Amino acid sequence: MAAPQLLALRGIFKRFGAVQALADVELEIRAGEVVALVGDNGAGKSTLIKVIAGVDAADAGVIEWDGRPVQITRPHEAQALGIATVYQDLALCDNLDVVGNLFLGREICRAGVLDEVEMERHTLELLDTLAIRMPSVRLPVASLSGGQRQTVAIARSLLGEPRLVLLDEPTASLGIEQTAQVLDLVDQLRERGLGVLLISHNLGDVKAVADWIAVLRLGRNNGFFNVMTTSQEQIISSITGATDNAVTRRKAPGWEVER
Amino acid sequence: MSRPWPLPLPLRRNRTGGPDRRPPSGQGAQNPLRALARRFHSGELGAVPVVLGLVVVWIIFQSLNGHFLSPRNLSALSVDIVGIGMISTGVVFVLLLGEIDLSVGSVSGLAAAAFAVLNVNEGVPEGLALLLTVLAGTAIGAIHGFFFAKVGVPAFVVTLAGLLGWNGLMLSLLGASGTINLDDKGLVAMLTGFYFTHVAVAYGLAALGTAGYFLASYRDVRRRRSAGVPTRSQREIILRTGVIAVISLAAAYVLNQFEGLPLALLIFLVFLVGLDHVLLRTRYGRMLFAVGGSVEAARRTGLNVDLVRISVFMVSGTMAAIGGLFLASRVTSATQTSGAGNLLMNAIAAAVIGGTSLFGGRGRTWSALLGVLVIQSIASGVALMGVQPAVQFMITGSVLLVAVVIDSLSRRAQRAHGRV
Repeated sequence: MAAPQLLALRGIFKRFGAVQALADVELEIRAGEVVALVGDNGAGKSTLIKVIAGVDAADAGVIEWDGRPVQITRPHEAQALGIATVYQDLALCDNLDVVGNLFLGREICRAGVLDEVEMERHTLELLDTLAIRMPSVRLPVASLSGGQRQTVAIARSLLGEPRLVLLDEPTASLGIEQTAQVLDLVDQLRERGLGVLLISHNLGDVKAVADWIAVLRLGRNNGFFNVMTTSQEQIISSITGATDNAVTRRKAPGWEVER
Repeated sequence: MSRPWPLPLPLRRNRTGGPDRRPPSGQGAQNPLRALARRFHSGELGAVPVVLGLVVVWIIFQSLNGHFLSPRNLSALSVDIVGIGMISTGVVFVLLLGEIDLSVGSVSGLAAAAFAVLNVNEGVPEGLALLLTVLAGTAIGAIHGFFFAKVGVPAFVVTLAGLLGWNGLMLSLLGASGTINLDDKGLVAMLTGFYFTHVAVAYGLAALGTAGYFLASYRDVRRRRSAGVPTRSQREIILRTGVIAVISLAAAYVLNQFEGLPLALLIFLVFLVGLDHVLLRTRYGRMLFAVGGSVEAARRTGLNVDLVRISVFMVSGTMAAIGGLFLASRVTSATQTSGAGNLLMNAIAAAVIGGTSLFGGRGRTWSALLGVLVIQSIASGVALMGVQPAVQFMITGSVLLVAVVIDSLSRRAQRAHGRV
């Protein structure tokens, strides 16, 4: 493991009223690695993303960035560190074209006038670097497919040149080919040396693209697995918390007979 | 933020496998006819329906009455559209956010009354009175915007209150007499009374406008070429310039047949070009479209949504005041009926007929010009035929309905197209 440690969470606690959403959570992400964050509904995945993105600050715990403890209490503090977040509901403006969406809020101007040529050039360059194919960057994003919209949202997060990208369910509600496009893009991010934290419900996607799998269960760490050496059953049992699940039950009788 | 994305890049994998049949990003230069067909299919109709509608209206009225397309009538039309057109241009800004401003009629009437009281009754110099009146419109818009954006009252209700309240203020300003006549030779009277009678002015401006458009397009193409970005084909630029040249020179010819270029029309065109520039070429305009497209997305990007919301009502109030002055100029007086009647509905209808969406996020200032041309053409044609205004209302109502239906259908087409 030569890659330097990018982000580390140590003993993160977060409580919403009576609900302990996160308890003593640890997580490490290195540059050039894709870490998948999995867990059942309500396991605290989204809460953890929000803590890292600065949307909801943690109650207790230490966040280390490049090995140094940092404070992240607001979204722009996370952005300033180099953490980009792509939320599940994309937050794109349907009526603006791809260029307009990518540069929304950070338009390039020349003498007070939008420099469309320069912005379009950057957009084409960026999409080309990421091997994203788009019918035209001048189409309103409303006319793009779900996968293309997702890639636009991810590409937009990259304009700020982040070092860590948080992806919240990027392949939810996408078709097979579109999912493949997005997973290709995640590969590209890794090859660029970015750290990626990917939330997903789909273990197939996770196994295809992630290097490590961090499992949350009821707001606590419930395992950190290397994708190469871990079986799907192990991960599922870790997610559900069942050492006694459908799979083990089927195996159990055979084992008893043998004995 | 203008840091370029660092380029060196890694090998590319294509998980989908096989050749990608889609064209690479940004290959925009397609067959123009096919591009048009695709735009139709996906519901981006732009100005096509309203231009067709205008042509139909003109053909019908010309066949009913030979004087309709006479230089005298068209010249009068070109001045008549300015008052409502200015108001409608302001309404376009509000509609872009998907909101509505019902107070513009009352504000325009109030502006006329305020100018008359300041200038005629109080003896304030014309220039100063004009400035104060326009600024009052801006301030009124700011009040509406504040209650809408900061307090959270629906725009519909805020501006409905404005519609009643500002109309009341106008009536109390005008006092018992109810009518204040403006100076026949004054600045405001000149707004719609002055014509550039020399033929060279109209032709010169038409040529200048065309040349300006061509040069701007040409420079854009050269920059795009040097940046290696897809660009409009040469043929398309020549075609567009040709269309602009034909329309502007024909307009200049017709206007010169009568009294020349009206000052009012020139001012209106300057406003349209200027505000169109603001909408399409400035950061502020981009913010406006973003908020009109998705408030949540705009907010998460860090845009100041409240400020944008207040600002559109300020634009709308300002333009309503300016439009009110042009309307007062046409009758050289401020009366109790200023800004009353169906002025408000016509101003909103003009923007919608011209192609600005009621649902926000889609529209341009030019839709105010096209829409108001349609509405005033109907009014003028009906007046020429000597029929009751009842007919005019019914025709305008039908046209508005058609426009809104087109808006809704194209929106639905876009939705359907959005989910491939």
